[in-house]
Formats: sequence, structure tokens, C-alpha cells
Amino acid sequence: MIELMEKETIPEIEDDNWAMIIEPQRSLFDLRLYELWRYRDLVMLFVRRDFVSVYKQTILGPLWYLIQPILTTLTFTVIFGQIASLPTDGLPQFLFYMSGTVVWGYFADCLNKTSNTFVQNAGLFGKVYFPRLAVPVSILISNLVTFAIQLALFIAFLLFFMWTGSRVSPSLWLFLLPILILMMAGLGLGFGIIISSLTTKYRDLRFLVTFGVQLMMYATPVIYPVSSIPEKYRWLILANPMTPIVEAFRYAFLGTGTVSLSQLLYSFGFMIVLVILGAIIFNRVEQTFMDTV
Amino acid sequence: MATVISVEKLSKSYHLGQIGTGTFAHDLNVWWAKMRGKPNPTLRIGETEYNNRDGEEIWALKDVSFTVQQGEVLGIIGRNGAGKSTLLKILSRVTAPTSGKIKVKGRVASLLEVGTGFHPELTGRENVYLNGAILGMSRREIDRKFDEIVDFAEVEKFIDTPVKRYSSGMYVRLAFAVAAHLEPEILVVDEVLAVGDAEFQKKCLGKMGDVAHEGRTVLFVSHNMGAVSTLCQQSILLNKGDLQLIDETEKVIDEYMVRNTKETYSGQVEIFRHSSEKKVVGHFVRIHFRNKDGQMTQVFGSGEKFTVDLHAHLNNSIPSVSVGIEIFSSKGMQVFNLRSDSQGISLGPYAGGSDIVFSVEIPGLPLYPGLYIFRPWFAELGGKRIDDLIDGIAVYLELRGRYQSEKFIQQERGLLMLDCVWNSKKCGNEKQ
Repeated sequence: MIELMEKETIPEIEDDNWAMIIEPQRSLFDLRLYELWRYRDLVMLFVRRDFVSVYKQTILGPLWYLIQPILTTLTFTVIFGQIASLPTDGLPQFLFYMSGTVVWGYFADCLNKTSNTFVQNAGLFGKVYFPRLAVPVSILISNLVTFAIQLALFIAFLLFFMWTGSRVSPSLWLFLLPILILMMAGLGLGFGIIISSLTTKYRDLRFLVTFGVQLMMYATPVIYPVSSIPEKYRWLILANPMTPIVEAFRYAFLGTGTVSLSQLLYSFGFMIVLVILGAIIFNRVEQTFMDTV
Repeated sequence: MATVISVEKLSKSYHLGQIGTGTFAHDLNVWWAKMRGKPNPTLRIGETEYNNRDGEEIWALKDVSFTVQQGEVLGIIGRNGAGKSTLLKILSRVTAPTSGKIKVKGRVASLLEVGTGFHPELTGRENVYLNGAILGMSRREIDRKFDEIVDFAEVEKFIDTPVKRYSSGMYVRLAFAVAAHLEPEILVVDEVLAVGDAEFQKKCLGKMGDVAHEGRTVLFVSHNMGAVSTLCQQSILLNKGDLQLIDETEKVIDEYMVRNTKETYSGQVEIFRHSSEKKVVGHFVRIHFRNKDGQMTQVFGSGEKFTVDLHAHLNNSIPSVSVGIEIFSSKGMQVFNLRSDSQGISLGPYAGGSDIVFSVEIPGLPLYPGLYIFRPWFAELGGKRIDDLIDGIAVYLELRGRYQSEKFIQQERGLLMLDCVWNSKKCGNEKQ
């Protein structure tokens, strides 16, 4: 196995048999995804680094992964559920807000972190070449770990509520969960790398991101169900590609939600286009961004 | 021998000052042209290629072409801003060229810095894997070489300690060890040997030599002429983005030295540095050389007395300082190590924010004529170096006085001049 890999990397020395040509601009669609595959070990090591380094020298360590969603959910329950009395499709408020928080958290984290790729890694990127996409991809994966932990927490609460007799009933849509996660990752990645590519030139975008993600949450049915939006304005909320994902997630786990397959297909299509567009822009920027950062 | 690197008309321009072309509309225009596969409408055309049109564009490299053979160790020499780093950056694919291309056979690994991507919170072991992967090694490769790496770095005991607890020496050793065990066909190295203690530097140089003997190709940038002349048979000289010379290393170094002296002949050397080289405690401002009559010059008679004034600025207060000048022959061999502390002298104390002139009277260097490199430094007494002019300053010694013939007095034939007493008498027929 080892011999095989080495043979691959040592090209035969013949004239005109160049292994690599460094040129000013490579073609638009030459994304070199095979290189990303060759560096898969690096991606996993980045994931490990992020995971280990974040909670070193903290008292509660990975417990923070659990504390964050619980506190957010409690806050939402008190403010939006108790004080503002927003409807929750008849679901227990705690579960309703928690499902929204966990799903939205994954998307928002992916977007926030990937949008810093170039600026935060300028030092590293300036010294050595590796496929730059390794960084955002590793972020998606390490966030996935966080998401899995939070999802497990959510399921634990769900089981508890079901055991105490709440009116929630998971549906067959549960089988769509992997696709829902893929779509969220794709949307987060797509938005993230586009923003990250643009911030190399226009730094103001960075401030817009944190702010924009917060605003976008209110345009997504995280703290309210789609069914509570008047028919007249519903298309506005539905234009947001995250809407069907959040609603489908609720429908899958809690049995209530306003979503159709065509809406999900719309989100999926949106995600595919966004990721391709993002990869192209990212690929373009990674070649020269060191000169402008 | 096959050609493994072919650099063809490579150019790279940077925009100075504001980033981009200025306006968003302009950017959009350029972008639209590019998207349709048309050339950049703001780019130069034909003959006016290198004109500084808007006064914002500088060319870090201009039409540089050369080839490197397999197994060759090529030195890249030039002053700061000559384009060395840009060339390495393009080769390592950190940035793309503006025009021209490089064709490469084999895997390229670049070492523009040791310890790229080291994370202080991770242990030595974790960092070896992370750093190795960043440099392009697979997990299996690192597994295979792990023991060798740890052995080379001499950090067995601390391999499971976070690297933030490492001494700077250990850190650098571990970082270099990872890089040294890469097995690329082409290795690109920038100045990394300027770190670590002398013994480790020697070890690194040895390792680099080994790499070359294994038939790998090495491109090596350094200000350390000694290292370049030991490692590289061939070198190229860059000056302001132009490839000026490609030849045997000795010749290239000579040319470089002569050029350097000509440009700094006056005896007054202002010290400019990269913004990246931040000196915290203090730094040299300028160096003045005065001959025995008090005139500023950098050309002295061999054996003649002269004075070096080291002007420095101190940011922090320092109780006592030691100053020194290391003197190297143009071949990179150290011939003198002048230092105040070796004579039991400590200078100071100095207050923070003060400007100081350290004056060194040199009683005359009994050296063969030619170029010598002076490397002044100053340090806290018994402590860290505050500033160190690694680039060095060239000083020319020429024959004056009794020594008339330069024919036999050349650096290839020795370094030290000695006034001997030469006598002769007849013998054998003393009785007559």
C-alpha cells in the first residue's frame, strides 16, 4: 500500500511530462477536488485540533456543548414563549425552541466559522500550500460533532417529554435527517466561503456576517412556526432556503410542521448552486489572496 | 540529469498602496472580462509591460527564466526585496504569478517557515502529525517516520507535553525535524536555518546536505553565505526582480558582495528592515565606518586602524549591554569574533527611549585584501540578542604600504597577513 502511494507521487522523468505547471490563472472549473481527497488526513487533523484546542483550559470542557443549547432554549422559552406568547404549533415550548436552536446552531456556526477562513488562516496560507478548501470542510465536520452531541441531548429531552405524555410523535421523515444535515452543511459552506472570499478584499463584510446571521434567524422559523405566518407573507419566509429544513426537522422529530417535498427540493437546488458558485469563487481567490490580505 | 524545474518568463507584480484597482466599478469591469476569458483590460500591453503606469505597481519578479536539474542544490541570493521570497512563494503555490509559468516534475514541499500550523495547546505528538499533514505527508508516512523525527529533535521526554510549554529551542528543533523528514522530490527552503542554536544549525545543514545526496532537488534561500557556499554548487543572483547571474556559487557570491559594497561604499549604512522583523527591546539605526583620519569610508588598508560606530535606539531600559561584531570572509568563513564581554567590559546602564552610539576601535585587521562581511549585534549582558544584522555589511580591505604585489596575496591562498623577518646568508664556505 505504501509503495503504491509513493509510486503515484514520483512521476516518470521524461521531457514534457510535467507533474505540475504553475500558471497565472487556472481555468474556472479546475477545482482540484482530487487534491482535497489526497489531503483527507489533514482535514481530519484540523477537526481534531479544533475540537481539542477549543476546550483546553476550560473547567467544564465539552460540557459547554450541552450548556449552550439548553441556556438558549430556556431564554427563548421565557421570552418568546412566556412573555411574547408566540404560537408553537401546539408543541411543548421547550422542545419547539430547542429543535429550532439546535438546527439553526449548526448552520449558523458553519457559516460564521467558514466565513473567516482566509482572514484567520492568512499566516498559515502564506507559508505553505495545501488545498484551501480543507479548512472550511474541516469546520463543517468538527461542527458536525458538536451537532451530534446537541442532537443527542435534544433526543434525550424528546424521549423524556414523550414519556411524560406530551403530544409529540416523530414521523417517517426522520429518514430524511442525513439529507437535511447535508443541506445545512452545504448552505453554511456555500455562504461561508463566498463571504470569506469577498472579505479578502472588502473587510466590512465581516461585520455584516455576525449581524446578518442573527437577522437571518428571524427570517427562519426558529422561534415561530411557518403556520403562524399569514398566507399573504408566507412566500417571503419560504424563499429562505433554511425554512423548509427547519420545518422538515420539526416535522420529522415532533410530528408538526408546514413543509412539502417541493419546498425541500427548492432548498436542495439552492444549496447545490450555492456550493458550486462558492467553490468557483473560492478557487479563484485562493490563488492570489495572499497579495491582498 | 533531467530538468525538474523549468521557470519560464516568470513575472509577479504587486499593487502598492490601496488594494484592488480603486473603484468597485473598475473591479467589476476587470472581473467581467476575466469571466468571459478575456485578458484583464487594465493590464499592460506589449512593450509598455513594465512601466509603472499608475505608480502603484511594483514588479517583484521580471521575466525570470532558469532551469534546475535533478539532484541540484540551487542557492538563491539577493538583498532584501530582490524577489527571492516571491520566487519561493510562487514555487510553493502560496501565490500565483502574474505572467509566465513554472513547470515542475515531482512533489514540491516548501519550508518557508518552521512550525507552520503548530498549535500551542496541542502536544508535541499531535503537532508532528498536524504539521506533517500540512506539509503534505499522509498519516501513514508520518507513522513510519515518527520515531526518527522525535529522535532527531531530541524531545522524547516531552513529546506528550503541549508545545506551549516547550523552550523556543525545543520548539524549533521539533518543527525542523518534521520538515527534514519530508521526502519530496523538490524541497524549497527559505532561511529557516537562521533559528536554533549553532549546534542544531549545523545538524540542519547536514540534513539538507543528505537530502541533496539522495538525489533530491533543493532550492535554498539564505543570507548566510557560508551555508549557501557549503550546500549549493550553483546559485542565482536576483536584484530588484531581475535574474542577474546564474553560475557557480562562488562566482555568484563574489558578484553579490562586490555589488553590495559598491552600493554601500560611503561608510554610512542606514538600517532598513522588513516590518515583519520587529525588535522589541531596541535596534540598530545606522552604522558608520571611519578610517584613521576620521573620514567615512568602507575601504581600509589591510592592517590599518579604523573605527565602527554602531548607532542604536533602545525602547526599554537595560542595565548592561554587550556588543560584538562577527567578521566573515567573503566565502562565509568566520575569521573574527569581536565582543565586548569577552574582554570583561559591560556597557550601560541605559534608560528606555535613549539613542546610543557604541564605538568600536579596531586596531587593524591583519587580513588578506578583499571583501569581508561584518555582522554587528548587541545583547543584554549574558542574555538575549537585542538586534543582529544577519545580512551583514561589506567592508573592503586593500593593500597599502609595504605590501605592493597583490598577485600572491589573495583570499584563496590564505586569510591572515603576518609580518615575518626574512633573512639570508651564505653557508658552506664560512672559512673563506
